[in-house]
Amino acid sequence: MVDRLLGTLLRHLVLLAGAALMLTPFVIMVSLSLKPPGEIFAPEFRLLPEQWHAVENYREAFTRVPLARFLINGLIVTASIFAAQAATALPIAYALAKLRWRGRQAAFALVLLALLIPPQVPAIPLYIAMWKLDLLNTYAAIILPSTISVFGIFLMRQFFRTVPDDLIAAARMDGLGEFAIVWRIMLPTALPALAAFGCLSFIWNWNEFFWPLIAVQEERLMTPPLGIAFFNNAEAGTNWGPLMAAATVTTAPLALAFLLASRAFVRGVTMTGVK
Amino acid sequence: MAVASVDLIGIGKRFGATEVLQDVTLRAADGEFLAILGASGCGKSTLLRILAGLEGADRGQVRLGGEEVGHLRPKARDLAMVFQSYALYPYMTVRQNITLPLQMRRLSALQRLPLLGRLAPGGRALRAGITADVDAVAGPLQLSALMERRPAQLSGGQRQRVALGRAMVRQPAAFLMDEPLSNLDAKLRVEARAEIVAMQRRLSATILYVTHDQVEAMTMADRVAVMQAGRVLQVAPPQHLYDEPASIDVARFVGSPPMNIIPALLDETGMVELAGHVLPWHAQGRAGARVMAGIRPESLVPRPGGLPATLKRVERLGAEAVLHCALPGVEDTVLARVETAIANGLSPGGTIPLMPRRVLLFQEAGLRMECRPHPAATPAMEGALG
Repeated sequence: MVDRLLGTLLRHLVLLAGAALMLTPFVIMVSLSLKPPGEIFAPEFRLLPEQWHAVENYREAFTRVPLARFLINGLIVTASIFAAQAATALPIAYALAKLRWRGRQAAFALVLLALLIPPQVPAIPLYIAMWKLDLLNTYAAIILPSTISVFGIFLMRQFFRTVPDDLIAAARMDGLGEFAIVWRIMLPTALPALAAFGCLSFIWNWNEFFWPLIAVQEERLMTPPLGIAFFNNAEAGTNWGPLMAAATVTTAPLALAFLLASRAFVRGVTMTGVK
Repeated sequence: MAVASVDLIGIGKRFGATEVLQDVTLRAADGEFLAILGASGCGKSTLLRILAGLEGADRGQVRLGGEEVGHLRPKARDLAMVFQSYALYPYMTVRQNITLPLQMRRLSALQRLPLLGRLAPGGRALRAGITADVDAVAGPLQLSALMERRPAQLSGGQRQRVALGRAMVRQPAAFLMDEPLSNLDAKLRVEARAEIVAMQRRLSATILYVTHDQVEAMTMADRVAVMQAGRVLQVAPPQHLYDEPASIDVARFVGSPPMNIIPALLDETGMVELAGHVLPWHAQGRAGARVMAGIRPESLVPRPGGLPATLKRVERLGAEAVLHCALPGVEDTVLARVETAIANGLSPGGTIPLMPRRVLLFQEAGLRMECRPHPAATPAMEGALG
């Protein structure tokens, strides 16, 4: 009895320590975003500022760079990417999971293989392609390379395999075509998995720095991570207070999205993992 | 399309090296209830899926109302299927489940669009017609109160009725049913059997009904096709199948408890010699030919002059009892079904004379042979034959 209590206690301690480790950078970020420059570099760390500087920092973040514009850009880009990824992943995953065709195994092997390729590898060919298509410095340049997510295909395929074949046979008898089956039968049953994938897709693409940095140079198209980099100025030095304020504003939608979708997220991930 | 006949002609299908169906030819007449009976793995479900168009046949033709439909997709065949798992759409209500096939058939792609579809011309009248038809189907199936529920909120029997409703609503040329009752408990199954038969009579529908349960096949169908290892063994009305099985496999498969199959010989006059006794049954065949005698448990009656059976065990079923007996020189246990009153006077270990009232004869290879009561039967035997 005591042993078990002790075990539980220990387990929670370890988990708490882990959670604290993960949360610390965020706490420091929020804390710094509230402080004046003098306090930021003070030798001892305090959680809350002695002299509140939040309004100045956040005003600076929104005025020195068009942070609101960046946030809107981030939203446009992530939403478009997810819509495109869902529109491609669902039919492809259905074809891989439920249709019988020559080369299906090979196609699935290619999907798995593509999972292993780091995104930096195709960056140069993609850049050249975008240049040839005269798409550099457009939303399309940021969105197009991410429209097909092999991870999304993989995740949805694993989920679709658990859908009974009879359901699809019934839909075919009822007169649904293959695309109608994807949208009307498979999609509703796969919503938790799709929500999980949506969460991941949103987090990745919202935080994506590397490709947008290459694809766009104009300020009006920049996504939040690029915008934050503005505060990191080699000549004037880094302006930490507004930088942290901008970072907080940028991170907030992610935290919010995850909190809202966390149940569906966990459900979706466990459902695809454990059959 | 109106109710139509169904023809399967020379259907062959293999999955890799296994030949699942071999030259299967079956016909269900317009308005006929045809049961396809067989053990699991005999190819009966595959046959149904080929008919539905869910699976392609390697050889043979599928005809519906006399027209070749083998090249058509499932939705173009005008068939409805009821699945063993019911296959209801889990995220749709009962109403949506039953409505979907009609929407797919009667509305154009434009009219089916969510929201926008309501504005499409002609949609309103069609939708009203669909709703009326769905309600007309739901009523007799006692689904009216359940229309807004999801399948997960329904009992097994209710789900089964929804599946039936979804099939009935578009008035197909024929119904295909793949073990639709095997997920129900015994009591519900009896009710559902009656429901399906009543539905079939009311709509005078053509039904192809796949089952491994001989009671279902025998009680519901106009004719039963017995399948084994990808072949049709016999197609006949239930009683005929029971009385006149065409082969030893059919004889074994149909009937519970199963028919006794006992090795026998023909003597020089063609009389059947079984367990050392000559029975007053006569067949054409050479003397000494090995044959198999099939005797139903209920046609073995205790009577003087019968086969000397040693009683091993009595299995009581209430109104009747099954006697498990041993016959001299016969390996398998021989079953006799008698009234309980007769069984009461018996105890294991004792000997009873069992007289067969009817003997079916099969060649060793399994095909049925003609076999008649011999006119020169002794009076005692004649009594037994009466």
